[in-house]
Amino acid sequence: MATTAEHAKGIGVAALRKEDRKFLTGHGRFVDDLKLPGMLHMAIVRSQFPHADITGIDTAAAAAMPGVTAVLTGDDLEFAAGVPCASNPTGDMVHPVRPPLAKGRVRHVGEPIAVVIAGDRYAARDAADAVEVSYAELPAVLDVEAARADGAPKVHEELDSNVALLLTHRTDGIDDAFSKADVVVEHTIRNQRLIHVPIETRGVVADWNTANDDLVVYSSTQVPHFLRTFLAIVCGVSEAKVRAIAPDVGGGFGSKLNAYAEEFIAAAASRKVGAPVKWIEERSEAMLATCHGRAQVAHMQLAATKDGKVLGMRAHYVQDYGSYLQMLTPLISQLTFLMSPGAYAIPEVDVKVTNVYTNTVPTDALRGAGRPEATHAIERMMDILAGELGMSRTEVRRRNFPVEFPFTTAIGLMYDSGDYAKTLDRLLELSDDKETFERRRTEAAARGKLLGRGLSTWVEVCGFVPSDVARNALGLTPGGWESSTVRMHPTGKITVITGTSPHGQGHATSWSQIVETELGVPFDDIEVIHGDTAFAPYGLGTYGSRSVAVGGTAVHLAASKVRDKARLVAAQMLEASPDDLDFEGGAFAVKGSPDKRTTIQEVAFRAWQAFGMPEGVTPGLDETVFFDPPNCVFPFGAHGCEVEVDRETGKVEITGYIAVDDCGNVINPMIVAGQVHGGVVHGIGQALYEIAEYDSGGQLVTGTLVDYLIPSAADVPHIETYRTVTPSPTNPLGVKGIGEAGTIAASPAVVGAVCDAIGVRDLDMPLQPETVWNAIQKGGAA
Amino acid sequence: MKSAVTITVNGEPRTAEVEPRTLLVHLLREHLNLTGTHVGCDTSNCGACTVWLDGEAVKSCTLLAVQADGREVTTIEGISENGDLHPMQWAFHEHHALQCGYCTPGMVMTAIKLLEANPAPTDEEIRHGLEGNLCRCTGYENIVAAVRAASGVTV
Repeated sequence: MATTAEHAKGIGVAALRKEDRKFLTGHGRFVDDLKLPGMLHMAIVRSQFPHADITGIDTAAAAAMPGVTAVLTGDDLEFAAGVPCASNPTGDMVHPVRPPLAKGRVRHVGEPIAVVIAGDRYAARDAADAVEVSYAELPAVLDVEAARADGAPKVHEELDSNVALLLTHRTDGIDDAFSKADVVVEHTIRNQRLIHVPIETRGVVADWNTANDDLVVYSSTQVPHFLRTFLAIVCGVSEAKVRAIAPDVGGGFGSKLNAYAEEFIAAAASRKVGAPVKWIEERSEAMLATCHGRAQVAHMQLAATKDGKVLGMRAHYVQDYGSYLQMLTPLISQLTFLMSPGAYAIPEVDVKVTNVYTNTVPTDALRGAGRPEATHAIERMMDILAGELGMSRTEVRRRNFPVEFPFTTAIGLMYDSGDYAKTLDRLLELSDDKETFERRRTEAAARGKLLGRGLSTWVEVCGFVPSDVARNALGLTPGGWESSTVRMHPTGKITVITGTSPHGQGHATSWSQIVETELGVPFDDIEVIHGDTAFAPYGLGTYGSRSVAVGGTAVHLAASKVRDKARLVAAQMLEASPDDLDFEGGAFAVKGSPDKRTTIQEVAFRAWQAFGMPEGVTPGLDETVFFDPPNCVFPFGAHGCEVEVDRETGKVEITGYIAVDDCGNVINPMIVAGQVHGGVVHGIGQALYEIAEYDSGGQLVTGTLVDYLIPSAADVPHIETYRTVTPSPTNPLGVKGIGEAGTIAASPAVVGAVCDAIGVRDLDMPLQPETVWNAIQKGGAA
Repeated sequence: MKSAVTITVNGEPRTAEVEPRTLLVHLLREHLNLTGTHVGCDTSNCGACTVWLDGEAVKSCTLLAVQADGREVTTIEGISENGDLHPMQWAFHEHHALQCGYCTPGMVMTAIKLLEANPAPTDEEIRHGLEGNLCRCTGYENIVAAVRAASGVTV
């Protein structure tokens, strides 16, 4: 690899983003911005009950309304398969079949029952409201306790019970660890149900050209290639005739890592009516029908010596799947299971996950996807253990960090590289010493404010995933590789095509930096294409903090191949041996004769001409690489925060937040810091504000942004970001993911700080003022 | 039944026939093809639809198009001159104050008016001034930095 210093915007530079201008000027192209000739609009009739048989659908009034083209039900649209799930952790898990439009029975409020296709969105919505659905209500189970009770109504009658799947892992010495421990601490920790809330909701434009049977689907998705494959399977059409396009995507956070009923319905409806069909999700629909996240309870026990060494962990997680399996529903609690020991060397474990169906919206990946749940549980337990031992929260952590890397956990994951004490030490250097803090705490108490501090030391598994691990350890349908093409044009400009599919992560910028470093071609001469299956080699998309470690590596390797081939052509041009050429600053030069040189742009032109090519070298500089990583990557860090709790109202204000993260080498530090900021605020949202709640009738009571609070600028603190650098040995760039780090780290640090402030062992999130005030009233605060 | 409305949009008089219930944001997006103004919620919480009506920042999902009849509307497409970015747009670019870009137009429209009302705000005043515009990507850190930079106030 050429050195960084000679490249103005190569790897390691805080290059400003090339994608910004269109968004700043209002010229982004999101799904709802698309207009196709003859395009119609779709509105959806959704179930009003959590569990019911549909006894009739009267579409007559709706069909007669002005502007209405069609009213379609499950009987009108035929599908070759149900909504897909690509995860089967044990290999023998039964996947209930879910038709995209309900047939006969509905299992959660918001499930699609019928659609109206009309000339504009107002007419479509009006007519959808005029569709009369008759229901015979069935008893519903709305939480995991009710679903697991004896004689509970079953969400899926064909299954034995509402328990969908059990995962277990138990090491031989676990009972011994608990019997010889000096202390055992036990606690139940809840990760409440959350909603993703990207500011752009989902949206689809489906254009089925019935003359050729070609299908083009524009969707606000993180995974256009998966969508293409699933559209082919579910809609019963050749995959070679399907083109899926993710245009600009307004955030995802896992909610768009899916292939949804509505995407299939829009495609089938377009075929039925012979016109392009647009569906733009309303925010209230997004709350009601896009998958939710978290919804997991952890029953935890730690066994430890009196000097703080953890000997064993028992963890039983109970995961609410909701009513159906979305694309990766079973994977999420499986990731909790895998990351249950967190950043600690815990020699003996007994881990179990019970996954349960309920009559609620399906749960699936939400920023961090199973790892925030694992981290929150183990981090809260480390605080509780420290309290039990009378030891500092930092010390109990430090005594349990693994020291040698790679480190294989008792679950069997191999953490690739790390130096956990380094990030913790840096956090402590950046924080007030105990004396200073205690002085401020006393001062604050005099004005009715309770000060507290909290921390987390986190690690995550990301950079998904070696394909054989996907199959053998995770039970995923697809592998975990990624693709890239690097194409040099005759004029020396470069097109990079990536299989990743960004929705805010800045891949156009970062991938250009990787290519500039590798080929010496200026950043501004490099264009990055993504998100269109007609152009890109198959890509697995953007999720799970995988893009840079897997997709970025594919870009790097494709650029390397271009350079290797260019070397052969340059050698011919310079009449030298390929081994006698240096490559620097975008040019090949003969060793010892720096005047004998040719730029890579000149080589690209020659390779296009293909005049006098060396023996066996094909024309052009255009290389595609599929990269299958040898391991996942394991970024880590230490986050600390300080809170001020109002003793009278219970309101929490975060007054300081410091993030020290290590994601290995960094392509663009500005983008990395931005990912941490956003991630931390997402975690603060979970800790303090957000919760999705159903009432006893199965109705979502947090169905708008009035009821479901995501943080505003005024609700969150200034966030200080710092990094240490421990390169990953897993990929040649030495990089690890960072997109989910902040979310994984933040919630335990914030909850720990509030508990410290008011003097309680633990609190269930979100720490809204009422929760905190009640805890204070119960004698929490001295 | 449709009503004719005439609105000066980004300095140009524009006329459209709309249903009385048509929201201003839908007039802008669907009748006038100004798609830089976005919709992010049903409840006026997110601010992605923020435009200026007679020089004041308003949420265009909360106004009927007919309420804007005879008035002046400025959208994100109308704030840069001769292809140069508005200083606030530059500040957002230079401080990495956008990721997915969906909330960005509304955020920029609000931020410009925030500084008009309070040319030298504190960070806390900036945060409160942006309370009606939600962003899920940036954690607001760099948005606050961009607005501070655009104000010219150094800390």
